[in-house]
Amino acid sequence: MIDLQGYGPRLLQGAWVTIELGLLSLLLSIILGLLTATAKMSRSWIAHRLGTLYTTLIRGVPDLVLMMLLFFGGQIGVNMITDWLYYQFDIDIFININEFVAGVVTIGLIFGAYMGETFRGAFLAVDSGQIEAARAYGMSESLMFRRIRFPQMMRHALPGLSNNWMVLLKTTALVSVIGLTDMVRVAEEATKATHEPFTFLIPVAVIYLLIASVSEWGFARLQKRYNVGFGES
Amino acid sequence: MEQLNAWFTRLLADNEIFTAQTIGYYAHGLANTAQLVLLSLLIGLMLAVPLAIGRSSPRPWLKWPIFLYTYVFRGTPLLIQLYIIYYGVVFVEGIQDTWLWLILEKPFYPALIAFTLNTAAYTTEIFRGAIKATPRGEIEAARAYGMSRAKMLRRIVLPSAFRRALPAYGNEVIFMLHASAIASVVTIMDLTGAARFVYARFYAPFDAFLFVAAIYLCLTFGILYLFRYLEKRLLAHLKPQT
Repeated sequence: MIDLQGYGPRLLQGAWVTIELGLLSLLLSIILGLLTATAKMSRSWIAHRLGTLYTTLIRGVPDLVLMMLLFFGGQIGVNMITDWLYYQFDIDIFININEFVAGVVTIGLIFGAYMGETFRGAFLAVDSGQIEAARAYGMSESLMFRRIRFPQMMRHALPGLSNNWMVLLKTTALVSVIGLTDMVRVAEEATKATHEPFTFLIPVAVIYLLIASVSEWGFARLQKRYNVGFGES
Repeated sequence: MEQLNAWFTRLLADNEIFTAQTIGYYAHGLANTAQLVLLSLLIGLMLAVPLAIGRSSPRPWLKWPIFLYTYVFRGTPLLIQLYIIYYGVVFVEGIQDTWLWLILEKPFYPALIAFTLNTAAYTTEIFRGAIKATPRGEIEAARAYGMSRAKMLRRIVLPSAFRRALPAYGNEVIFMLHASAIASVVTIMDLTGAARFVYARFYAPFDAFLFVAAIYLCLTFGILYLFRYLEKRLLAHLKPQT
């Protein structure tokens, strides 16, 4: 067995931070993605433009730069707002941005743009006859979304969704750069302290591969579920 | 117009952050980023073509090791790969006494190696997909002409596979540009490194990072339009006929 020199528990804690961060930002990005897809498909000119602006800007800039902008700039921006509130209305509040929350928000915001594109394509791929049939049954918009649009959209969205998740998972490694103690950060600190890079970095790489493999299996099962009634495609 | 001009001069005159010196840092960073990205893409591409051919070969001893390589490099974060190579080379027994150390001492080369191996893995899979999608009829026709396997690859399979791979490869190029921001983590003064320096010096995150984001955005659009143009030229025969 490899000797982790007492870094084992911290490494596991770091792995848990990675998983939590990944899942929470995945959730946020799915919500943002659904909103973006709706905005981009809406008839409103402003919503369409806003959605396009969001996806274009986010996808044109490196993750790390966005992360630093939101992370370092976020606190200053929040301070500016609270200062302004104080001088204008005498409301004294202080908000300290938590690193973990900043990480979730940043990654969620970045991948919301990618999810938006995935969902938009998937919604457009749903047969319009299905929507017409639902209308003919007198379904309300929300019922139609829940029973018809969403389940059939997921079938088309799942490959893209799974792809986005894999990229998102790997992007979580970047939070170590802005000061969050995920497993990459722990491994780097351990490497610097013990001068044994492989002992710590390779297990971390293996954990990433493991998470990726498990999610691949999970997505394959989901795909099977959402493909019910569509043969073996 | 004159008013606008005067306003603009005043704006730059009062500016403490974007002086000639800091603009110089950004320019230097741009040069480093461009070098890193172009070199790793070029070497990665040269590695990926034979690897993709090997990956789509029927021989298991050739196919599986390449699959393992692409699986590992696509399944782990680039940052980890960079750390393993950056911190790892220092600890190779006796490397500090050889001529290799002169090269590997600077962080540029470990970063280049990590980026090259990473992009080669992704590009291999892109090309494998393109090779696999070769229409059967084309291969049968090549066989019917009595072409050898090498000739068939050179004349039939690869040219059409390159064209099919073009859109996905364009995405990979953009991905590589964005991934190169990681180089700043190992003290390379690339574009992001310059922005971090300016941020740390003036404590001005918005100025420093929004400026660099705008540069990346322009580069991304440049690559996007280049590949659109290439697709239009090279994939013209696949367009729906009117």
